[in-house]
Amino acid sequence: MNEQEHPLYLDGNALAGPLGEIFTTDPTTAWRLCPSCRLPATMAQLHVYGPEPGLTARCPGCAAIALRVVTQPGYLWLQLGSGAGAFRFARPHITS
Amino acid sequence: MPGWRRARLTERTDQTATGRTLTFEVARWPGHLPGQHVDVRLTAADGYQAVRSYSLAAPADTDRIELGVQAVPGGEVSPYLADDLPVDAEVEVKGPLGGWFVWTPEEPGPLLLIAGGSGIVPLMAMLRARLASASDAPCTLLYSVRGPDEVWYATELDSAAQHTHIRRLYTRLAPADSERPAGRVTKLDLPPAEGSRCYVCGPTGFVEHVSALLLGAGHAPDQIRTERFG
Ligand SMILES: Cc1cc2nc3c(=O)[nH]c(=O)nc-3n(C[C@H](O)[C@H](O)[C@H](O)COP(=O)(O)OP(=O)(O)OC[C@H]3O[C@@H](n4cnc5c(N)ncnc54)[C@H](O)[C@@H]3O)c2cc1C
Ligand SMILES: [Zn+2]
Repeated sequence: MNEQEHPLYLDGNALAGPLGEIFTTDPTTAWRLCPSCRLPATMAQLHVYGPEPGLTARCPGCAAIALRVVTQPGYLWLQLGSGAGAFRFARPHITS
Repeated sequence: MPGWRRARLTERTDQTATGRTLTFEVARWPGHLPGQHVDVRLTAADGYQAVRSYSLAAPADTDRIELGVQAVPGGEVSPYLADDLPVDAEVEVKGPLGGWFVWTPEEPGPLLLIAGGSGIVPLMAMLRARLASASDAPCTLLYSVRGPDEVWYATELDSAAQHTHIRRLYTRLAPADSERPAGRVTKLDLPPAEGSRCYVCGPTGFVEHVSALLLGAGHAPDQIRTERFG
């Protein structure tokens, strides 16, 4: 498959792990209406592009950026939408 | 959400030349739903960490979880998990993860599962849960594989075929008695839409192709749930 015309992406399902560190409920079933193309989608249905450790989730209809998440050893950065600034969360280091 | 838990490898079974079933013991595992996955974290001696997602292959069973790992040539994590992690060694897992790509027996109506290669793993958890349930709604598994050597859970699928509709779709090499020539999934392979809930899992290109076929065959977009493995 041609990488250019068909870049590899994942489903928003894949965000359950990274975002699970900062949400108390599963964020991937959260619902969103795309402000650009009006397509409704749950986070699990967004298209997620790498490469790690930075993930960009885009609207499956029009590719507008819904969120970005970057995981670093000590921090997780979360940006909602594009150009809106990112929140930096300190990552908990829980091991049970 | 809970953090990382220690998981001890207790058993490794060959499914294909490069596909393995791994069973881990995780103390106080909270249970999970068919279709959910875990993130697996490996830590090297120098502190370097790598995280990858792997689907749960079986319905919840006390402290045991079953994963299915396809060794990707040149991959950083999958060949190690598939063949090098010693039995009794530990990794860390986080989960269960994901509330969207799940099916439970309470879900009424027909079920259509479409797997490409190792995409069978989470669909196997759904199929096993469906077989263990009282549901008599139609259930179909379409399993696309390159050839007969690439079939995971072969014996189990043969016996499951007495209770559900299971078809193997060979893409490169079909056995002589196959009723269908080798080739990728087409709309002719799909059962009638019938308002089925559809779960599609496998490599990104496969999921893309099958989702388009399902939409073309009249399946409602909100009834199609996908998991792209990359
Ligand atoms: C939600 C989710 C569930 C998953 N469940 C499973 C599962 O049950 N079983 C399983 O084996 N994998 C599963 N995967 C894929 C898995 O997380 C890894 O991506 C895969 O094991 C490759 O990791 P790696 O470190 O070996 O390869 P990497 O070092 O990350 O990549 C090496 C090369 O292989 C390519 N590549 C990456 N993934 C794949 C792939 N799946 N097939 C072919 N080429 C690939 C990459 O583009 C890269 O060029 C799942 C992925 C997601 C997002
Ligand atoms: Zn959009």
